Amino acid sequence: MSSDFPTTARVVVIGAGIVGNSVVGHLAELGWRDIVQIDKGPLPNPGGSTGHASNFIFPVDHNREMAMLNLDSQRQYAEMGVNTECGGIEVARTPERMEELRRRMVSAKNWGIESRLVTPEEIKEMVPFINSDILLGGFYTPSVSVVDSLRAGTIFRERAQALGALQTFANVEVEDMIVEDGVIKAVVTDHGRIDADYVVVACGVWSPRIAAMAGVEIPLTPAVHQMIDVGPIPILEATNMELGFPIIRDMDTFCYERQSAGSMEVGSYAHRPIFMTADEIPSIKESRLSPTELPITMEDFDPQLEQALELMPDILSTAEIKYAINGLLSLTPDGFPLIGEIPGVTNLWACAAIWIKEGPGAARMLAEWMTHGQPEIDPHHSDIARFYPYARNDHHVRARCAEHFNKTYGIVHPREQWASERNIRTAPYKDRTDALGAVYFQAGGWERPHWYESNAPLVAKYGVEDRPHEWDARWWSPIINAEHLAMKENVGMVDLAPFVVYDIKGPGTMEYLQGLAVNNVDVAIGKSVYTPLLDVNGGFRSDLTMMRLGTDFYRVITGAFDGPRDAFWFTKHLPADGSVTFEDKTSSFVTIGLWGPRSREVMSRLTTSDVSNEAFPYGTTQEVLFGSLAVRLFRISYVGELGWEIYVPMENARAVWDLIAEAGQESGIVPVGGGVYGTTGRLEKGYRLMGAELDGEYTPVEAGLARPKVKSADFVGKAAYLKAREDGPAAIVCTLAVTDHVSARDGIKRYMTGGETILTLAGDRIVDAKGRISTVTTAGAGPSLGAFLLMAYLTPEHAVVGNELLVHYMNETYPVKVIVAGSTPAFDPTDARMKA
Amino acid sequence: MAELRILVCVKRVPAPGARITLTADHQGIDAKNLGFTTSPHEECAVEEAIRLVEAHGGSATVLTLGAIEADEQLRYAVSVGINAAVHVTHATLAGSADWDAQATARALTEAIASIEATDGAFDLILFGNESADSGGFQVGVRVARSLGRAIVNGIKGITIADGMVTAQRESTSGFEVYQLELPAVLGVKEGLNLPRYPTLPGRLKSKKVQVPVLTAEPVSGGLTMLRFDNAAELVVQTTMLGTGPEAAPAIVDLLEELGLL
Repeated sequence: MSSDFPTTARVVVIGAGIVGNSVVGHLAELGWRDIVQIDKGPLPNPGGSTGHASNFIFPVDHNREMAMLNLDSQRQYAEMGVNTECGGIEVARTPERMEELRRRMVSAKNWGIESRLVTPEEIKEMVPFINSDILLGGFYTPSVSVVDSLRAGTIFRERAQALGALQTFANVEVEDMIVEDGVIKAVVTDHGRIDADYVVVACGVWSPRIAAMAGVEIPLTPAVHQMIDVGPIPILEATNMELGFPIIRDMDTFCYERQSAGSMEVGSYAHRPIFMTADEIPSIKESRLSPTELPITMEDFDPQLEQALELMPDILSTAEIKYAINGLLSLTPDGFPLIGEIPGVTNLWACAAIWIKEGPGAARMLAEWMTHGQPEIDPHHSDIARFYPYARNDHHVRARCAEHFNKTYGIVHPREQWASERNIRTAPYKDRTDALGAVYFQAGGWERPHWYESNAPLVAKYGVEDRPHEWDARWWSPIINAEHLAMKENVGMVDLAPFVVYDIKGPGTMEYLQGLAVNNVDVAIGKSVYTPLLDVNGGFRSDLTMMRLGTDFYRVITGAFDGPRDAFWFTKHLPADGSVTFEDKTSSFVTIGLWGPRSREVMSRLTTSDVSNEAFPYGTTQEVLFGSLAVRLFRISYVGELGWEIYVPMENARAVWDLIAEAGQESGIVPVGGGVYGTTGRLEKGYRLMGAELDGEYTPVEAGLARPKVKSADFVGKAAYLKAREDGPAAIVCTLAVTDHVSARDGIKRYMTGGETILTLAGDRIVDAKGRISTVTTAGAGPSLGAFLLMAYLTPEHAVVGNELLVHYMNETYPVKVIVAGSTPAFDPTDARMKA
Repeated sequence: MAELRILVCVKRVPAPGARITLTADHQGIDAKNLGFTTSPHEECAVEEAIRLVEAHGGSATVLTLGAIEADEQLRYAVSVGINAAVHVTHATLAGSADWDAQATARALTEAIASIEATDGAFDLILFGNESADSGGFQVGVRVARSLGRAIVNGIKGITIADGMVTAQRESTSGFEVYQLELPAVLGVKEGLNLPRYPTLPGRLKSKKVQVPVLTAEPVSGGLTMLRFDNAAELVVQTTMLGTGPEAAPAIVDLLEELGLL
């Protein structure tokens, strides 16, 4: 083989599991040629996770991106003729699970997947050997399918080969990755070196090892998923089919039962987390079955045996355990795949931590991204650039994966907070916020107060109603609404330490920033610009604020949740000539917000500088002294009130916190948490949030963020932006108010959490001309408006103030009314308070 | 005959099928990626004991000398239908440490004598022909001799009737058939039967069974382990002779070379 082994390639794809194979197929289809694919194992099953996968797809997922990847993958498998629909039932043993299944009905409706809730009797009819006595009901999806992932892989390779685009080499081991000046140059193998323009790491559980050779991290851990095969079972054998019965997910025991011809496969996500490192995985020769089919540790599976027996006693009590493995699969800290160019090495791409159900879709995402600069499905959750440095290392990966492994079939609240890896980034005044009874949510690794228990007395003062349903009240407090009202009455101080701060300097700064920002950044020194950054397709890449602090000096402020992606975007576009420097100053400053009608009187006590509207107008920034301490004030607001963001050097932060608290005392200052900053204050003003209202699939025109004029300078996404302006919006961001909260099922007032479907009065989904579905992007209280607000994109015909619609929550509908169509705030529409 | 009593002696060994990695000092094997199992011959002994009890009534007990971890193999035997288990162990048996055949046989003999003293004699004791790891071929013979009972090795067929056991052994020309008076000892070989796998209830039952643990007294045997070395790997070279009709001349050449044409 060595004589035929290539020494150069346009792109080397490492891995020939479902991901690597799908990647070569999609790259070839998109016009890539000279693709070399290598794998250290034999074909068609090189010994990775694909080889032992259960291969089933339950397409419904609460997360849009994941649901879209599932559906796209299922379509691709079907097109190749390797998708067999068998139906699937998620069964509930507990009332909590039944509620979760009702929530799944909403997600099913969202993504247009036919599903229905079924009674224990209906389950028994479909699966006669199930013990329906222990079930309360189920969630049945007829389109649940089983795919032949090995065959699909072969088809992808053959298609690429038929195009003359691909050479595949099995049994080739990667020994090194050559990086020069931050660019991938070559892959060194035991068969020789291949110089390549691009390299894709698609080697599943081994990906971290390959990435490490290039000096970068692919944050995943190989993890055990236990699986046994039990048979023979006569009723299954009698079907003469691979799948004659629906697949059962026994959600409350974190197990599944999937027919495999004459036997039943029982898989578990219930056992203790068992992790390995990529280097610990045995070689092919050291493996009795395959490197990812390790000997089972049966004692971990025993509790599941009892539960499986309880569920299917008739068939499982006599059948034999013929095959049992500790199968390896990939887990990431947040449960999402790792797709995209890897920060740190140009042209080195990852497509890893991907399961069978999303494999071909993920590969299409990657191939489109490599080809066009942006995929069709927004990659916000899967983008490998999403991790802060602390979140890329093995310690963090294992801590988080240990926490979420048992949540694979768990009931995860949309606001749920992590328990592990807490208190790793904290503001210097955390002892103060602790003393105020702060309840912290994590933002970009930082502990950020979400509300303060010290404000509990305000709940009675403002007469805030509690939420009667535990689910709606989970990770929430009526104190949030009270803090909102107190801030709007007097003044509040907000811990914004997680803000991400970049300093961009150098003679090329103006040209560089103009090339990224939609809005004109050439403003006077001391002024600021809010601007979207777009991807090449004209969708949102980011939205952020820049303060001009010098001729060639801008300070960029962005949100904690998107810091790493933004840093990647900025650094990727830095001019090669060194005329611009990019410095992450996040750890140098904290930000404290001071907002409310009495913020100016508080500020006047803090500094001798003139903070009148004339001397310090909205949107401007100045450095002032708080006593002897220099701080930067930025007059801006995300909560719709008069006030400032105060940028404080880290070492002064605690002193400044105390100064503000003291100066605010006689003005009735209260500490205000992220619940107000991120939700209630923002919602009332209709401010859009990256990752909620703003993502790669929507344009500034649709988000209501297009300015009347387009600047003359060119910028990333400009052509698409101009076209979007010409085409007009296919959907418009609207604010809706819920007009009746009472559940018809149990008479309890319900409050949405976000992600629900907006329906017409006839109960139909609203799908725009681009195929996008109207869902709730943010849900929360508008305490000043005395309303519960939802934001959602609506088609122009529905984006009409006063239009009545429904919201689908927990499989019930509630009436809603459009109160704002477009960007005018529902509260204080002229911004008089902010600009006072 | 009173109720049939069968004993099966088994050994915990690394699961076959993968390359075994040795520790750096060559004094043991690196077990971190290894599964462990019962020697295949002994799996057949276990299966045969279960079948004999199913056919004749009585009970079957499994006995091992091994590290604490060998509990897994005892419970596996129970999970497929063995009635009771006894574990003989000693601190020096940790990990992959092994006692030689002489010491093993002595420990087993003592354990058997002690069980028989309280519960009565075993009618039939089954061994695997040899263990899958050390392959000494001695333990069964030594135990049988110490107990003063007859033994035949290499057995692939067993029937019990009228206080006699009939055992078959393959020979080059057919079967050798032995008849032994009970109590007797047999060393069996893979192929005797097709062992069953555990059922779910069987596995769960095996978790609950009480396994008495006896401590063996180590005696120095006649053999000392010096070091492990991997055997030379068998290299299989496959040469593609071609595809389609064009391959025919190469095939003819090869057949001629092999003297087949």
